[in-house]
Amino acid sequence: MSDVAERVKKIVVDHLGADEAKVTEAASFIDDLGADSLDTVELVMAFEEEFGCEIPDDAAENIQTVGDAVKFISENQG
Amino acid sequence: MSENKGVMSGKRGVIMGVANDHSIAWGIAKLCAEHGAELAFTYQGDSMEKRVRPLAESVGSDFCIPCDVENDDDIQRAFTSIGEKWDSIDFVVHAIAYSDKNELKGRYVETTRANFAQTMDISCYSFTAVAAAAEPLMKNGGSLVTLSYSGAERVMPSYNVMGVAKAALEASVRYLAQDLGQNGIRVNAISAGPMRTLAGSAISGARFVYNWQADNAPMRRNITLEDVGGAAVYLMSDLGAGVTGEVHHVDSGYHVIGMAVPQ
Repeated sequence: MSDVAERVKKIVVDHLGADEAKVTEAASFIDDLGADSLDTVELVMAFEEEFGCEIPDDAAENIQTVGDAVKFISENQG
Repeated sequence: MSENKGVMSGKRGVIMGVANDHSIAWGIAKLCAEHGAELAFTYQGDSMEKRVRPLAESVGSDFCIPCDVENDDDIQRAFTSIGEKWDSIDFVVHAIAYSDKNELKGRYVETTRANFAQTMDISCYSFTAVAAAAEPLMKNGGSLVTLSYSGAERVMPSYNVMGVAKAALEASVRYLAQDLGQNGIRVNAISAGPMRTLAGSAISGARFVYNWQADNAPMRRNITLEDVGGAAVYLMSDLGAGVTGEVHHVDSGYHVIGMAVPQ
Protein backbone atom coordinates (compact mmCIF):
# COMPACT_ATOMS: atom_id res chain seq x y z
CA MET A 1 0.00 0.00 0.00
CA SER A 2 1.32 3.43 -0.90
CA ASP A 3 2.31 6.05 1.61
CA VAL A 4 -0.44 8.34 0.27
CA ALA A 5 -3.07 5.65 0.82
CA GLU A 6 -1.90 5.09 4.41
CA ARG A 7 -2.05 8.79 5.22
CA VAL A 8 -5.44 9.25 3.55
CA LYS A 9 -6.86 6.32 5.50
CA LYS A 10 -5.50 7.65 8.77
CA ILE A 11 -7.20 11.03 8.16
CA VAL A 12 -10.49 9.31 7.32
CA VAL A 13 -10.34 7.08 10.41
CA ASP A 14 -9.46 10.02 12.66
CA HIS A 15 -12.03 12.40 11.21
CA LEU A 16 -15.02 10.11 10.84
CA GLY A 17 -14.23 7.84 13.75
CA ALA A 18 -14.72 5.01 11.27
CA ASP A 19 -13.72 1.41 11.90
CA GLU A 20 -10.29 1.00 10.31
CA ALA A 21 -11.32 -2.28 8.64
CA LYS A 22 -14.12 -0.49 6.80
CA VAL A 23 -11.84 2.20 5.38
CA THR A 24 -10.99 0.39 2.15
CA GLU A 25 -10.20 2.10 -1.15
CA ALA A 26 -13.69 1.24 -2.41
CA ALA A 27 -15.43 2.70 0.63
CA SER A 28 -17.70 5.68 -0.06
CA PHE A 29 -17.42 8.44 2.56
CA ILE A 30 -21.16 9.05 2.63
CA ASP A 31 -22.63 5.63 1.79
CA ASP A 32 -20.23 3.38 3.71
CA LEU A 33 -18.51 5.50 6.34
CA GLY A 34 -21.36 7.62 7.68
CA ALA A 35 -20.07 11.01 6.50
CA ASP A 36 -22.43 13.93 5.89
CA SER A 37 -21.83 16.61 3.27
CA LEU A 38 -19.92 18.83 5.73
CA ASP A 39 -17.68 15.90 6.63
CA THR A 40 -16.72 15.55 2.99
CA VAL A 41 -15.72 19.24 2.85
CA GLU A 42 -13.75 18.84 6.07
CA LEU A 43 -12.01 15.74 4.71
CA VAL A 44 -10.98 17.58 1.55
CA MET A 45 -9.55 20.39 3.71
CA ALA A 46 -7.70 17.86 5.84
CA PHE A 47 -6.24 16.23 2.71
CA GLU A 48 -5.13 19.66 1.46
CA GLU A 49 -3.39 20.36 4.77
CA GLU A 50 -1.74 16.97 4.96
CA PHE A 51 -0.48 16.91 1.39
CA GLY A 52 0.00 20.63 0.72
CA CYS A 53 -2.04 20.47 -2.46
CA GLU A 54 -5.14 22.30 -3.61
CA ILE A 55 -8.23 20.27 -4.43
CA PRO A 56 -10.51 22.47 -6.56
CA ASP A 57 -14.30 22.26 -6.18
CA ASP A 58 -14.92 20.32 -9.37
CA ALA A 59 -12.31 17.73 -8.37
CA ALA A 60 -13.64 17.60 -4.79
CA GLU A 61 -17.11 16.76 -6.09
CA ASN A 62 -15.69 13.66 -7.76
CA ILE A 63 -13.87 12.46 -4.64
CA GLN A 64 -16.48 10.16 -3.18
CA THR A 65 -14.42 7.19 -2.05
CA VAL A 66 -11.15 6.66 -0.24
CA GLY A 67 -9.65 5.43 -3.52
CA ASP A 68 -10.81 8.58 -5.35
CA ALA A 69 -8.90 10.68 -2.81
CA VAL A 70 -5.76 8.56 -3.04
CA LYS A 71 -5.82 8.73 -6.82
CA PHE A 72 -6.31 12.52 -6.99
CA ILE A 73 -3.64 13.24 -4.40
CA SER A 74 -1.12 10.83 -5.95
CA GLU A 75 -1.55 12.58 -9.30
CA ASN A 76 -1.52 16.15 -7.92
CA GLN A 77 0.73 16.15 -4.91
CA GLY A 78 2.37 19.56 -4.36
CA MET B 1 -14.04 27.27 37.02
CA SER B 2 -14.91 29.33 40.14
CA GLU B 3 -11.28 29.47 41.27
CA ASN B 4 -10.21 30.84 37.87
CA LYS B 5 -8.87 34.38 38.09
CA GLY B 6 -8.70 34.98 34.36
CA VAL B 7 -9.73 38.27 32.78
CA MET B 8 -13.03 36.69 31.69
CA SER B 9 -13.71 35.24 35.11
CA GLY B 10 -17.32 35.78 36.17
CA LYS B 11 -18.42 36.61 32.61
CA ARG B 12 -21.04 34.68 30.71
CA GLY B 13 -21.37 34.77 26.97
CA VAL B 14 -22.91 33.30 23.87
CA ILE B 15 -20.82 31.92 21.02
CA MET B 16 -22.64 31.78 17.68
CA GLY B 17 -21.10 30.11 14.63
CA VAL B 18 -18.89 27.23 15.69
CA ALA B 19 -18.77 24.61 12.91
CA ASN B 20 -15.66 22.65 13.87
CA ASP B 21 -12.34 22.98 15.64
CA HIS B 22 -10.98 25.18 12.83
CA SER B 23 -13.79 27.73 13.26
CA ILE B 24 -12.84 31.25 14.29
CA ALA B 25 -15.74 31.13 16.76
CA TRP B 26 -14.13 28.08 18.32
CA GLY B 27 -10.74 29.81 18.62
CA ILE B 28 -12.49 32.63 20.47
CA ALA B 29 -14.55 30.27 22.64
CA LYS B 30 -11.49 28.32 23.69
CA LEU B 31 -9.56 31.40 24.79
CA CYS B 32 -12.60 32.85 26.57
CA ALA B 33 -12.96 29.59 28.49
CA GLU B 34 -9.25 29.50 29.31
CA HIS B 35 -9.58 33.00 30.73
CA GLY B 36 -12.49 31.97 32.94
CA ALA B 37 -15.66 32.70 30.94
CA GLU B 38 -18.79 30.56 31.10
CA LEU B 39 -20.16 29.82 27.63
CA ALA B 40 -23.36 29.02 25.78
CA PHE B 41 -23.23 27.91 22.14
CA THR B 42 -25.78 28.27 19.37
CA TYR B 43 -25.85 26.11 16.28
CA GLN B 44 -27.96 25.72 13.17
CA GLY B 45 -29.40 22.28 12.48
CA ASP B 46 -28.54 18.71 13.45
CA SER B 47 -25.35 18.48 11.41
CA MET B 48 -23.91 21.43 13.34
CA GLU B 49 -25.22 20.21 16.68
CA LYS B 50 -23.21 16.99 16.47
CA ARG B 51 -20.09 19.06 15.83
CA VAL B 52 -20.68 21.76 18.43
CA ARG B 53 -21.69 19.61 21.43
CA PRO B 54 -18.38 17.74 21.88
CA LEU B 55 -16.44 20.99 21.50
CA ALA B 56 -18.67 22.73 24.04
CA GLU B 57 -18.21 19.84 26.44
CA SER B 58 -14.45 20.12 26.10
CA VAL B 59 -14.65 23.62 27.61
CA GLY B 60 -17.11 22.58 30.30
CA SER B 61 -20.34 23.74 28.64
CA ASP B 62 -23.47 21.67 28.07
CA PHE B 63 -25.47 24.76 27.10
CA CYS B 64 -26.04 24.35 23.35
CA ILE B 65 -29.16 25.72 21.74
CA PRO B 66 -30.41 25.82 18.15
CA CYS B 67 -30.67 29.21 16.47
CA ASP B 68 -31.42 29.92 12.83
CA VAL B 69 -30.46 33.58 12.40
CA GLU B 70 -32.67 33.95 9.31
CA ASN B 71 -35.67 33.65 11.60
CA ASP B 72 -36.52 36.44 14.10
CA ASP B 73 -38.66 34.13 16.24
CA ASP B 74 -35.81 31.66 16.45
CA ILE B 75 -33.35 34.35 17.58
CA GLN B 76 -35.83 35.54 20.20
CA ARG B 77 -36.49 31.99 21.39
CA ALA B 78 -32.75 31.31 21.71
CA PHE B 79 -32.10 34.42 23.77
CA THR B 80 -35.20 33.82 25.87
CA SER B 81 -33.89 30.38 26.79
CA ILE B 82 -30.49 31.88 27.61
CA GLY B 83 -32.24 34.46 29.82
CA GLU B 84 -34.13 31.68 31.61
CA LYS B 85 -30.88 29.98 32.56
CA TRP B 86 -28.76 33.05 33.18
CA ASP B 87 -29.96 36.34 34.71
CA SER B 88 -27.66 38.32 32.50
CA ILE B 89 -24.99 37.89 29.87
CA ASP B 90 -21.78 39.82 29.30
CA PHE B 91 -20.79 39.06 25.74
CA VAL B 92 -21.86 37.64 22.40
CA VAL B 93 -19.61 36.42 19.60
CA HIS B 94 -21.26 36.48 16.17
CA ALA B 95 -19.26 34.48 13.63
CA ILE B 96 -21.92 33.75 11.06
CA ALA B 97 -22.00 34.40 7.33
CA TYR B 98 -23.46 32.78 4.25
CA SER B 99 -23.47 33.21 0.49
CA ASP B 100 -24.11 30.88 -2.42
CA LYS B 101 -20.65 29.52 -3.20
CA ASN B 102 -21.42 29.75 -6.92
CA GLU B 103 -21.19 33.52 -6.46
CA LEU B 104 -17.93 33.42 -4.48
CA LYS B 105 -16.05 33.09 -7.73
CA GLY B 106 -15.98 34.92 -11.01
CA ARG B 107 -17.39 38.43 -11.33
CA TYR B 108 -19.21 40.34 -8.57
CA VAL B 109 -21.25 42.14 -11.21
CA GLU B 110 -23.08 38.88 -11.89
CA THR B 111 -24.42 38.57 -8.32
CA THR B 112 -28.12 37.73 -8.32
CA ARG B 113 -30.70 39.77 -6.42
CA ALA B 114 -31.77 36.69 -4.44
CA ASN B 115 -28.26 35.78 -3.27
CA PHE B 116 -27.41 39.42 -2.58
CA ALA B 117 -30.44 39.63 -0.28
CA GLN B 118 -29.73 36.34 1.48
CA THR B 119 -26.03 37.12 1.91
CA MET B 120 -26.87 40.50 3.46
CA ASP B 121 -29.56 38.97 5.63
CA ILE B 122 -27.43 36.22 7.17
CA SER B 123 -24.03 37.91 7.12
CA CYS B 124 -25.05 41.44 8.11
CA TYR B 125 -28.61 41.83 9.39
CA SER B 126 -28.35 38.83 11.71
CA PHE B 127 -25.79 40.70 13.84
CA THR B 128 -28.20 43.60 14.29
CA ALA B 129 -31.04 41.20 15.15
CA VAL B 130 -28.79 39.39 17.64
CA ALA B 131 -27.74 42.71 19.20
CA ALA B 132 -31.40 43.63 19.68
CA ALA B 133 -32.15 40.27 21.32
CA ALA B 134 -29.02 40.40 23.51
CA GLU B 135 -29.45 44.00 24.72
CA PRO B 136 -32.09 43.27 27.41
CA LEU B 137 -29.88 40.49 28.82
CA MET B 138 -26.81 42.73 29.07
CA LYS B 139 -28.00 44.24 32.33
CA ASN B 140 -24.50 45.12 33.52
CA GLY B 141 -23.28 46.30 30.15
CA GLY B 142 -21.63 43.97 27.69
CA SER B 143 -19.59 43.42 24.58
CA LEU B 144 -20.66 42.24 21.15
CA VAL B 145 -18.05 41.06 18.67
CA THR B 146 -18.54 40.09 15.04
CA LEU B 147 -16.09 38.87 12.41
CA SER B 148 -15.14 40.70 9.24
CA TYR B 149 -12.47 40.51 6.57
CA SER B 150 -10.47 43.07 4.64
CA GLY B 151 -12.58 42.21 1.58
CA ALA B 152 -14.99 44.68 3.21
CA GLU B 153 -12.54 47.54 2.58
CA ARG B 154 -10.77 46.55 -0.61
CA VAL B 155 -11.37 44.14 -3.44
CA MET B 156 -10.24 40.60 -2.73
CA PRO B 157 -10.40 37.83 -5.34
CA SER B 158 -13.71 35.93 -5.36
CA TYR B 159 -14.92 37.52 -2.11
CA ASN B 160 -17.51 39.42 -4.16
CA VAL B 161 -20.93 39.87 -2.52
CA MET B 162 -19.49 38.77 0.82
CA GLY B 163 -17.20 41.82 0.72
CA VAL B 164 -20.24 44.04 0.22
CA ALA B 165 -22.03 42.33 3.12
CA LYS B 166 -18.97 42.69 5.36
CA ALA B 167 -18.76 46.40 4.50
CA ALA B 168 -22.38 46.74 5.62
CA LEU B 169 -21.60 44.68 8.73
CA GLU B 170 -18.73 47.01 9.63
CA ALA B 171 -21.02 50.02 9.15
CA SER B 172 -23.63 48.41 11.39
CA VAL B 173 -20.96 47.91 14.07
CA ARG B 174 -20.61 51.71 14.19
CA TYR B 175 -24.36 52.36 14.35
CA LEU B 176 -24.89 49.66 16.98
CA ALA B 177 -22.01 51.11 19.01
CA GLN B 178 -23.80 54.47 19.01
CA ASP B 179 -27.18 52.99 19.95
CA LEU B 180 -25.96 50.69 22.71
CA GLY B 181 -23.04 52.66 24.14
CA GLN B 182 -25.17 54.56 26.66
CA ASN B 183 -26.11 51.23 28.21
CA GLY B 184 -22.49 50.22 28.60
CA ILE B 185 -22.69 47.80 25.69
CA ARG B 186 -19.70 47.88 23.36
CA VAL B 187 -19.80 46.70 19.76
CA ASN B 188 -16.70 45.82 17.76
CA ALA B 189 -15.58 43.75 14.80
CA ILE B 190 -12.43 41.73 14.33
CA SER B 191 -11.20 41.84 10.75
CA ALA B 192 -9.30 38.55 10.63
CA GLY B 193 -6.75 37.54 8.04
CA PRO B 194 -7.67 34.61 5.79
CA MET B 195 -8.00 31.31 7.61
CA ARG B 196 -8.55 27.73 6.55
CA THR B 197 -12.10 27.38 7.86
CA LEU B 198 -15.15 25.51 6.65
CA ALA B 199 -16.77 28.79 5.61
CA GLY B 200 -13.57 29.98 3.96
CA SER B 201 -13.43 26.83 1.86
CA ALA B 202 -16.48 28.09 -0.05
CA ILE B 203 -14.42 30.93 -1.52
CA SER B 204 -12.82 30.09 -4.84
CA GLY B 205 -9.02 30.19 -4.74
CA ALA B 206 -8.91 30.52 -0.95
CA ARG B 207 -5.53 28.81 -0.74
CA PHE B 208 -3.95 31.37 -3.07
CA VAL B 209 -5.20 34.21 -0.87
CA TYR B 210 -3.97 32.42 2.23
CA ASN B 211 -0.49 31.92 0.80
CA TRP B 212 -0.35 35.47 -0.56
CA GLN B 213 -1.06 36.83 2.90
CA ALA B 214 1.73 34.76 4.45
CA ASP B 215 4.17 35.91 1.76
CA ASN B 216 3.32 39.61 1.91
CA ALA B 217 1.98 40.59 5.34
CA PRO B 218 4.44 42.51 7.55
CA MET B 219 4.71 39.55 9.91
CA ARG B 220 5.16 37.14 6.97
CA ARG B 221 2.77 34.61 8.36
CA ASN B 222 -0.87 33.69 8.52
CA ILE B 223 -2.85 34.24 11.67
CA THR B 224 -3.88 31.55 14.10
CA LEU B 225 -7.05 30.83 16.03
CA GLU B 226 -5.17 31.92 19.15
CA ASP B 227 -4.40 35.29 17.53
CA VAL B 228 -8.09 35.96 16.96
CA GLY B 229 -9.07 34.51 20.32
CA GLY B 230 -6.63 36.79 22.12
CA ALA B 231 -7.96 39.90 20.41
CA ALA B 232 -11.52 38.82 21.19
CA VAL B 233 -10.67 38.32 24.87
CA TYR B 234 -9.28 41.85 24.92
CA LEU B 235 -12.42 43.28 23.31
CA MET B 236 -14.81 41.31 25.51
CA SER B 237 -13.03 41.61 28.84
CA ASP B 238 -12.64 44.78 30.89
CA LEU B 239 -9.24 45.26 29.23
CA GLY B 240 -11.13 46.70 26.27
CA ALA B 241 -13.52 48.73 28.44
CA GLY B 242 -13.05 51.95 26.48
CA VAL B 243 -13.24 50.44 23.01
CA THR B 244 -16.36 50.48 20.86
CA GLY B 245 -17.31 50.94 17.23
CA GLU B 246 -13.92 49.60 16.20
CA VAL B 247 -12.90 47.31 13.36
CA HIS B 248 -9.80 45.69 14.80
CA HIS B 249 -7.47 44.03 12.31
CA VAL B 250 -5.97 40.71 13.33
CA ASP B 251 -4.24 40.00 10.06
CA SER B 252 -0.49 40.00 10.79
CA GLY B 253 -0.53 43.58 9.52
CA TYR B 254 -1.67 42.93 5.98
CA HIS B 255 -4.07 45.90 5.98
CA VAL B 256 -1.22 48.42 6.02
CA ILE B 257 0.39 47.03 2.87
CA GLY B 258 -0.08 48.94 -0.36
CA MET B 259 2.10 46.80 -2.56
CA ALA B 260 4.25 43.71 -2.29
CA VAL B 261 7.99 44.23 -1.71
CA PRO B 262 9.94 43.42 -4.91
CA GLN B 263 11.83 40.16 -4.49
